[in-house]
Order: sequence, then structure tokens, then C-alpha cells
Amino acid sequence: MLGFFFEDRTLMALGALLYGIAFFFVLLFVRRDRSHPPSITYGIVVLGWLLQTAGMYLRGLEVGGCPLGNAFEILQFVVWSLVLLYLVVGSSFRVSLLGFFCSGLAALLGLFSLIPAFDQTRREWMEGVSVWIELHAALALFSYGVFAILALVSAMFLLRDYSLKKKTFHGVFHFLPSIKQLEEIKYRLLVTGLLILSVSLLLGGVNWSQGEGTLYTNKFISTLALWLCYLILMFLRWRQTLQPASQAWAYIGLFLIALITLGPVNASRGAFAPVPDDSDTSSLNETTPSQSGPISPELRTSH
Amino acid sequence: MLAENAINNAPDNLFLYGATHREVPLNLREKLAFTEERLIDFYRKTRGHPHLGELLLLNTCNRMEIYGVAPQSALFSKEILRGSLSAILSLPRETLDQCLQFSMGKPVVEHLFNVASGIDSLVVGEAEILGQVKAAYATARTEDTIGPLLNRTFQKSFQAAKWVRTHTDIGKGQVSVGSVAVELAGHVFGDLADCRILIIGAGEIAERTLTSLQGRGVTNVTIANRTYSKACEAARIFHGRATPLEDIETAVREADIIIGSTAAPEPILTAPKLKSLLAKRPLQPLFLIDLSVPRNFDQNCENLSNVYLYNIDDLGTLARDNLKARHKEIEACRKSLELRATHLWERLGSQIKSSKF
Repeated sequence: MLGFFFEDRTLMALGALLYGIAFFFVLLFVRRDRSHPPSITYGIVVLGWLLQTAGMYLRGLEVGGCPLGNAFEILQFVVWSLVLLYLVVGSSFRVSLLGFFCSGLAALLGLFSLIPAFDQTRREWMEGVSVWIELHAALALFSYGVFAILALVSAMFLLRDYSLKKKTFHGVFHFLPSIKQLEEIKYRLLVTGLLILSVSLLLGGVNWSQGEGTLYTNKFISTLALWLCYLILMFLRWRQTLQPASQAWAYIGLFLIALITLGPVNASRGAFAPVPDDSDTSSLNETTPSQSGPISPELRTSH
Repeated sequence: MLAENAINNAPDNLFLYGATHREVPLNLREKLAFTEERLIDFYRKTRGHPHLGELLLLNTCNRMEIYGVAPQSALFSKEILRGSLSAILSLPRETLDQCLQFSMGKPVVEHLFNVASGIDSLVVGEAEILGQVKAAYATARTEDTIGPLLNRTFQKSFQAAKWVRTHTDIGKGQVSVGSVAVELAGHVFGDLADCRILIIGAGEIAERTLTSLQGRGVTNVTIANRTYSKACEAARIFHGRATPLEDIETAVREADIIIGSTAAPEPILTAPKLKSLLAKRPLQPLFLIDLSVPRNFDQNCENLSNVYLYNIDDLGTLARDNLKARHKEIEACRKSLELRATHLWERLGSQIKSSKF
């Protein structure tokens, strides 16, 4: 009975639950125009993150590497990165309510990831898989975490803009950070996310060109398109040709697209080395590679 | 001598003799106002009087109150104070009787707690009153008219005021036009120290708003006026730069906050003109504060991206909303303060009893 609480999924579910508790705890205060005790919120989020980390660690031991083998693990990794970034970077930004929004999104994604179908295929052991490939994958998903925070900060920016334009300052509007502060943080997060995603793509590219690993066209196109979109947005930001509110909408939209691109990413990883969890789910484990299929380095060089 | 007198008196001899904005109109409060010289004169005339114990005079725009501890009869002390006040303020005793209220015992403690916390202020929740009470306490200490009972009561009132400000929303939100403008500027820019301010025109509210902004660290100020000499004069007072009204376009391009306060019959800034001026700084927010009637900034300016326009009505509405919210907090504050006053009253009683044995 007690063993149930020490299972990886249970720990990750408890983590998501605590993120949800942190969100509603702050909501109780802001709805009444009162400031919340930040140390308590932070403490709840830290506890949630520690439980989630423990769950991911157990899953990592099971698969012998970074647990990124199915939709559940990928979403959990994105949530984990998002919360880690909030805990480490968020406090230095001194942005009020970032924890509130962050815990809300973390709870939503974390609970969504618990849909049983997302975790029916599992890689059991990853021996022989290149460390660089795993680092490439981990960095790519970590950048998704950065883009998640960027989307949250953008949402906060739009809410603050709305409150200033509509001249309303009750509830959540009262505690939002200033427009200028949010704009500066947006830019820093954009640069950070883009940098991490670039390093990840570089690692994947180098690895593939050296004949290791397999490149899946759908995954390649979707990730590259995402990277290119963020790059264009950074260029527009640098040229000052896009209004801050339009930028914010673009960051939110792109993050939603990024979540959708997790589909092709997951499909490619499922095909990478799927091992059935048990005989009952074997039929579900047979993930079909994308229609365009993998491109081996040899095939690429023959062209 | 004073301490000895006071410690031998029960807290029931604590009294309050004074007038506040609640009962006395301004024209009468003016007559009760104490200048610094009058205050010193009051303390000199009352200090060491055999029928007056501890004394503290609190004099603000909205109240003149004397807190005291009577060595014998509080009513007798009142009569002596009545005579002293009549002489110092050159007012007939009948006029004083019309204005001044007298109370004794626990209600005095409750009243002081309410005053120090800003509950009894004209602008509910204002913070200045605590500083004024502290200043009055310091003066009384310097004049050596404070004994253990008033000392304890006032110290506890400071603690109660701090508690109320920390644990309730009585001081939340700004309630003056200038302070609301500064709070809004904080919502746009956060730290205001690096903000560049442009004031177009002059006026009392504009100057008060600028003073509030400078209180938040603003140093970069440009003042534009149709009469250049007036701009120079204002720039000298506010340590800023002056610019003629005809040359404000450059200043508008560089400004973070623009305060409009001219008597111009037509808007100085229209939306198309502002849009073209801001074209080179699309990412930089602009906060427009229009304190003029007729308005200095075309209302369509608020539709521009990254531009936030507030006119005098908007600021007034926000100030009134904040004040309403403060009024809603009064009952909760009063209950908390009543509990604290009761607790102190019981402690004072037991302290006096134990000191007698």
C-alpha cells in the first residue's frame, strides 16, 4: 500500500497536485485584493518540484537515462523545466505573481500528462544511446520550459496592458508587475530559450552528421520551424518593428504550437527504441515512424 | 515630581480635551490652531501645575487634542486647561465650550489608537497622522510633560497603528490625484528613478504630482510653458530643464511620462501627431497624465499601442474607489483596535494596583 506513494507516477501526480494547491492558495488572496505570503507559495512549489524530481529520478532509473520516452515523460520534463526556471530564475526577476501563473500552468500540464494513454509505451533501458543525443533532447525540452515561462510572462504583459488601458486594478490586476519590467523579462527569456534551443539543434545536427542517431523529417521540420519563428521574432524585437502586445500574442501562440510539435517529437522518440511495458499494451507500443520516415546519415550522404 | 504624580493616579484619570474635524468646522478649528510659539507657551504655562499631571498636545490641520492624566480630579484639570487655552488662544471660554469635547478613561485610549492608525482622519487611512502623533509625543517628552501612563499609552498606540497598516487594507491604494498618478506610473515603469518627465504648462495639481514623482526618485524633469520665463522659474524650483512650448516635440519623443496642465482650448497632442513622434520608440511605453480642462491630450491617444492616457476624471475616480475601499475596512480595524485598547486598559489597571502595594 505504502509502495504506491513511492511510484514514479504517484510522485509526479503529487507534484502536479501541489502546483495546483499553490495556484489556488494565491488565487484565494488575489481575489480579495490581498497580497499572499510568497514564502508559503514558494515552499509549496518547491515541495511539488522535489516530489516531481523524485518521480522523474525513479523513472530515469527505470529507463537508464533522461525520461523522455513518451508523451507523459516529455510533458513532465517540460513542467519540471518550467518550475525549475521559476524557482531559480523567477526569484531573481522579482516578478510578483509569476509563481501564481507558473504553478497554474504546471498543474494544468502536469495533470494533463497523467492521461493513462500518454504513458502506455515505455522504454525500459537506454543502453547504447548516445549521451549527446540525450543531451540534445533534454536541452530541446528545457527550451520548451523557457518558452513556457515566456508565454506566461507574455500573458501577464497582456493582462497588465489590459488593466492600464481599461483603468481597472482590482484582484489579479493589482499585483501584476509593471509593463516595462515584463517587457524586459520577455526579451531575456526569448534570448535564453532561443540560445538553448540553438545549442540543442546544433548538438543533434553534429551527432547526425557523424553518423549517429536517426533524423525524422517531421520532427526535424517542426523543430526547425519553431526555432526559425522564435529567431524571426527576436529579429523583429531587435528591429523594434513589432509592437510589444503583438509580440506577447506571438509568444503565446508559438508556445501552443510548440506543445503541438511535441507530437512529432514524441512519435520519433517512440520509434527510436520502444520497449513494451507489458504484453497487454504491446499493440499500442508499435509506433509507426512518420510517413516521411527516418533519414539515415548514409542516405543523406548518398544524395 | 511628574512621574510620581502620574504613577499614583489610576488610569481612570486619563482624559482627553479637544476638538476634531468631525465636530468642529474649519472656521473654528482655525482659531484653535497652535503655532510653535503657542505650543511652547502652553507647555510652559501648564508644566508643574499642581492640578495638572501628564500632558500631551496634538495639533494638526484636523484636530487639536490634549491628552492628560489628572493628579486628582480630571474635571478639575479640565477647568484649569480651559483657562490656559482661553488665555493662550485669546478665545472666550464660551467659544471653547462650543468646540472642545471632554472624555475620560478607556474611550481615550480607544480614540488615540484610532487617531494614530488613521481611522479618525479626514482622509481615512492616511499615514501622515502617525508621524504627527509621534512628533507631538517627542515634543511633550522634550518639554518633560510625559509620565509613565501617557508614555505607555502612546507607545502602544504606535504599535497598534503599525499593526493596522500591516494587517489590514486601511492604507491600501492612493487617495489623492497626485499619488494615484504616481502609483499608475509605477504600474507602467516599476522603478521611476530613470523616468524622464515632461510637464507642459503649470498648475498646482501638476506641481504636486511632480513633487510626488520626485519623491519616488524622479530626477530627469523638463518643463515646457508658453511663457518661457515661467518654465525657467519652475525648472529652477524643481531642478529640471526648461523648454519653450513651440519646441516640445523633441521632449515628447524622449519622455516616459508627460503631464499636461495648460489652459489651451485645443489639445496640444493629437493621436496622429503623437503616433508619428513615437514611431522611433515603439517598445518604450508612454504614460500621459492630463490634468487640464479642456483636455490637453486628444482622447484617441489612448488607442495607440503602448500609450496609457489618464485624465483628471480617471484619476479622481480611482482615488474615490480607493477611498471607498478604505472605508470598508474601518469596522474591521476598529474592532481590532478596540481589543488592543481593552487589553492595554486592563494592563494599566493591574500595573497601578501592583504599584500601590
